[in-house]
Order: sequence, then structure tokens, then C-alpha cells
Amino acid sequence: MSVPARRLVFLVAAAGFAALFLWGLAGLPSFGNYQGPYGDILNRVAVPQRHVTDVVAAVNFDYRGVDTIGEEFILFVSVAGVAALLRTERAEIDVEPPEDERAIRRAETSDAVRAFCFALIAPTIVLGWDIVAHGHLTPGGGFQGGAILASGLVLIYLAGGYKTLRAVSPEEGADVAEAIGAGGFVVIGLAGLIAGAAFLQDIIPLGPVGLLYSAGTIPLINLSVGIEVAGGFLVILSEFLRQALQVRAQADARKDQEQA
Amino acid sequence: MLEFVQAGLLALVALGGLGVVLTRDPLRQAVVVSVYGLLLALLFFTFQAPDVALSALVIGAVILPLMILLALAKVRGHEIVRQHAEEQEP
Repeated sequence: MSVPARRLVFLVAAAGFAALFLWGLAGLPSFGNYQGPYGDILNRVAVPQRHVTDVVAAVNFDYRGVDTIGEEFILFVSVAGVAALLRTERAEIDVEPPEDERAIRRAETSDAVRAFCFALIAPTIVLGWDIVAHGHLTPGGGFQGGAILASGLVLIYLAGGYKTLRAVSPEEGADVAEAIGAGGFVVIGLAGLIAGAAFLQDIIPLGPVGLLYSAGTIPLINLSVGIEVAGGFLVILSEFLRQALQVRAQADARKDQEQA
Repeated sequence: MLEFVQAGLLALVALGGLGVVLTRDPLRQAVVVSVYGLLLALLFFTFQAPDVALSALVIGAVILPLMILLALAKVRGHEIVRQHAEEQEP
């Protein structure tokens, strides 16, 4: 299609979109005017029914817990997909690495960056666990806390390099953590069935509102999701890093050969 | 007062999205998208959605740029190896 014709098609489409969009905007409720019933109902019933102080946690892990299991397995399958795509291909091993040192030179991390990252490791991991553990009390939970835990592991890599990361978190560890976390959610759901209640129904005592041991199974689910998310991100990270490292190792081996 | 902060952040998020699209170099884009993630987190926070803000903060500002950087590093490694292979077998 020629450029003027394409422009014409675009202008017609843009005009149509603008008209519909403005029409839709005109029909929106005014800013801050909430009309849906569910938010108000949940705000009223969630604390007495589920003994949570973060209503979002009760919605995610209880009222619509089965949806969240689906979401969790979206992440699980995505991680499996990335790991499958990043499998070492035969060609990558057979081809000799380039001599061009500049292209694959090991990026030296400056001491300032390493020291800064080292100082952040412990606070980040503590914050991650804190957000996982208090998901039913304050904003946060397994997904957010798990991602923060994964960031803490990235900091370990930035401060100490790949070998340190491997020493702290062995490769099988990440796989197992991801699987246990994903399965744990389902097991907690099945426990409800075994106890003669519905799937994912709270079967343990709810405890007093506002304390760490409250809200029944919600903190347990948060813990399981946190482990799964942290493990999942770690699996992806180590797949990427291992590949980058293979190219480097081949280059180093070649350099040693030439020197010998 | 809060309305002005919200309006300002909405405008900044719109500009940030434009900035991400207009950045053509993927390496720079990873940094710009990180700033955009931070803006989104602040926006969610001012609209009283701290749960979502926390997610946006960690995923949008840290994990997503990291994944982009790692993917770029891998793509470049591939290109270098392929170029070298072609040089070896003319």
C-alpha cells in the first residue's frame, strides 16, 4: 500500500477511535464516584469474616482464591517456558567463541557498586520476608514479598558474582522452591477438602484480628506464594546467567590455550 | 492537595509512557521503563492502592528492566558468536 493510502486509512481509523473514545469518556462516572457494590460489601464483611486487616489479601487468597491459583500457575508456566527457551542449544557449544576480547570482556563491577549492593542484601531480604509474613495485616503479600526476595538474590549476584549466588542458592534449590511453593497453594486448598469443607476453605482457627497468627490459611498461602515467586525469578535469572557464563568460560579456555 | 499530586502524576505517567516508546535503543529503554515503573507505583500509591503499588514498584522498576537487560545480554552474545562462526567459514 502506498504511503498516502496508508495515511488515509490511519486518519479514518484515528477519527473513528477518537469519536468512540470521547463518547466513552463522556459516559464515565465522575472522578472518585464509586458505584460498584462489591468494594463496600467486602470492606464491611472481610474483617469480621476472615480476621484480616488487609482486605486485598482476603480477596486474593480467600474470596477469589481459585483465581489466584490460576494466576500463580500462569507465572509457573511462564518460568517453565523461559527455562525451555533458554536451554543450551547444540550450536552454542560447537561454535568457538570469538577472539574479540572487547565484545565479551567480563564487565568489572566497581568496588563502590559491590559495597553498596552488599550493604543492601540483608535489608532487602528481611524486607521481603516481612512483606510475605504480614500479607494479611498490611499491604503486600506473597507476590510482592517474593519479588523483593528475588531482588535480594540479584543483589547477591551484583555484589559477589555468579559463584557466590550459586553457593548461596544451589540451582536445584530454586527449582524445588518454585515447585514446593506452587504446589503448596494447591495442597492448602486440598486440605480444606480433606477436612470435609470446600476447596481452599479456612479450616484452621482464625485467631485474633491484627496479630501475625490470624486470618487462618491466608498467611500460609502467602508464604507458599512468596517461596514460589522468589524461586521462579531465581530460576529465570540463573538460566540467563549460566548462558552468559558459558560463552565467557569458552573464551577464557581459548585464551589459556593460546598462552600455553 | 491530593488531587494536584494525582493530576501531576497522571501527566507524568502519560509523558513517561511516551518517553519509553520514543526511546529507540533497547538498552536505554530498559532504564527509562524502570523510571516509568517507579512513576506507576507512585500513581497507584496516591490512588490508595498500596498493594498494587508494591507490585508495580518491584516488578516494573526492578524485575522487568532486569529481564530486558539479561535478554539483551543474551542476544548480543548470540550475535557475537554467530559473526565469529561466519568469519571462520567463509
